[in-house]
Amino acid sequence: MTTAASRPRRSRSAPGFVAGYVILLAAFGVVPTVYAIYYAFTDSGGAFAGLSNFAVAAADFRFLPSIGHVALYLVCWLAALVVFVVGLALLLHRLGARGVGRALRLLYYLPGALAGAASVLVWLFVLDPAVSPVGFLLRAVGYQTFGQVIAPGNLPVLFAMIAFWTGAGGWIVVMYGALNTISPEVLEAARIDGAGAWQTARRIQIPLLRKWIVYMVILAFAGGTQLFVEPQLLSQASVGVAGRDYSPNQLSYDFAFQNDDVNTAAAISVELLVVGLVVAAVFVVRSGFFDAD
Amino acid sequence: MRTENRRPIPNPLAALVLLLFAVFFVLPVIWLVLAATKTDDQLVHGNPLSFGSWQALRANWDALTGYQSGAILVWLRNSAVYAFLALAITLCVAIPAGYALAVTEFRGRRTLLVATLVVMLMPNATLVVPLFLEVNAVHLIGSMWSIILPYSFYPFGVYLAYIYFGAALPRELLDAAELDGCSAFAAFRHIALPLAAPVVALVGFFSFVANWTNYFLPYVLLPGSDQVPVQVGLGTLLDNVPQFNPTAGELAVQRPEVALATLLAITPVLLVFLFSQRFLVAGLLAGATKD
Repeated sequence: MTTAASRPRRSRSAPGFVAGYVILLAAFGVVPTVYAIYYAFTDSGGAFAGLSNFAVAAADFRFLPSIGHVALYLVCWLAALVVFVVGLALLLHRLGARGVGRALRLLYYLPGALAGAASVLVWLFVLDPAVSPVGFLLRAVGYQTFGQVIAPGNLPVLFAMIAFWTGAGGWIVVMYGALNTISPEVLEAARIDGAGAWQTARRIQIPLLRKWIVYMVILAFAGGTQLFVEPQLLSQASVGVAGRDYSPNQLSYDFAFQNDDVNTAAAISVELLVVGLVVAAVFVVRSGFFDAD
Repeated sequence: MRTENRRPIPNPLAALVLLLFAVFFVLPVIWLVLAATKTDDQLVHGNPLSFGSWQALRANWDALTGYQSGAILVWLRNSAVYAFLALAITLCVAIPAGYALAVTEFRGRRTLLVATLVVMLMPNATLVVPLFLEVNAVHLIGSMWSIILPYSFYPFGVYLAYIYFGAALPRELLDAAELDGCSAFAAFRHIALPLAAPVVALVGFFSFVANWTNYFLPYVLLPGSDQVPVQVGLGTLLDNVPQFNPTAGELAVQRPEVALATLLAITPVLLVFLFSQRFLVAGLLAGATKD
């Protein structure tokens, strides 16, 4: 959609309006990026170091496992997001804007208030059979102790569950809003033509949701690569079952603050930065989602 | 014509799925509220979904506020100071920027727009360690501005304002104002701002929630325990729960106290959620975004 035709002429006052934002963008977007790149390619004495910091990071025994952990976590999380968010949004849409539908949307959204450390703390309790409100379920599937529940093999699923718990509600509301932009006449016509709920969803609603689904997956993917607070707090609470270096971000943090090796830390940051930048840039350019002009 | 009364009734399976997910999303929150009213013994041996007692809640409150003589209150105050100052700066910076991007043409406009979109899509944790390096270089580690200023940089807010003014501001109005000799600032002040209430609310909401719940940035940038926001404070409390950390020393914290602290930490955001629920659950975010 373009509205450029009606945009007012060039403005000499525009710099005044954007100056504050440009300063913040430079100070907290551009400069840290440049800093990270500078550190990543120099040694502790400030001399050019080529790719040696990247080599040190890659050779670290914790590096590949940390990427594997995050990859597994992403698979679980993205699958859960796509299937359940779309499914629940479709079901909620059939319930209508008010009454039960509205109440359920609010309930689903509520855990978003616990994003961050609070959600991890709550789930530490929920996953501890000794105090959990669903302790009977945990015991029924064979878990007697907290230690058994948070066995390393379970962690990707558990982190995905925590992320889904806090994040899904917001996306359900977004998908629900997108479904509302489909005109009722189209849905009515489909119904008259004999399409059931499933066919309507598959042939009309999901295709129209596709760009929102892509948007969600991209943002969730980029965010997921940054996993930090969940494994960090869990490692504190589990006496090391989840190591302090479960995810690349933790590893970067450890290099900077435990090993005093900011150069290797910066190299890992740059790698994460590149992933985030590439994903974002490809999306902005290719999706047409942000047809700014 | 509204056809809400003609909606088909969902089949039992759909109802069951919706209900199960409602339980999944809400049960932990209910448990948390109840846990704060129990003793540790009740937490382990009582019904998980029973109410403890007001005395136990009181005792938990006393024990929690007694922890390092009121550390929890200091953390909550810190969170409030950081989140509100950042919110104020964000609004002062993002609303005019979004306005200028939407209604004026200037050199570098397109670059700024693309940069905003890209940075907005990047998760904010990406830049935490690099930010530490930068802040360290200018010797601002430990200053509260090392948190507030990065919080104030909120490209998503600029994007929301840009979309809003692009769609909601009648151009004829601005043109007329210009013909009348209105300065650009006066046009913004007297025409755009009075119309901006919805987007100010939206930007304010997202900025406040994002900053209040941020953990990684303050965890890295604020070394002093009397400076950290409540999110980081929760981690400190967790470290001192014997059931989770057997090496916890004499500062031991009981689990119901942690539950109470968590509850206190989320209350401001929960309140904001409940006050904003009209626009939240209506899916207005989707409507506010161009398609």
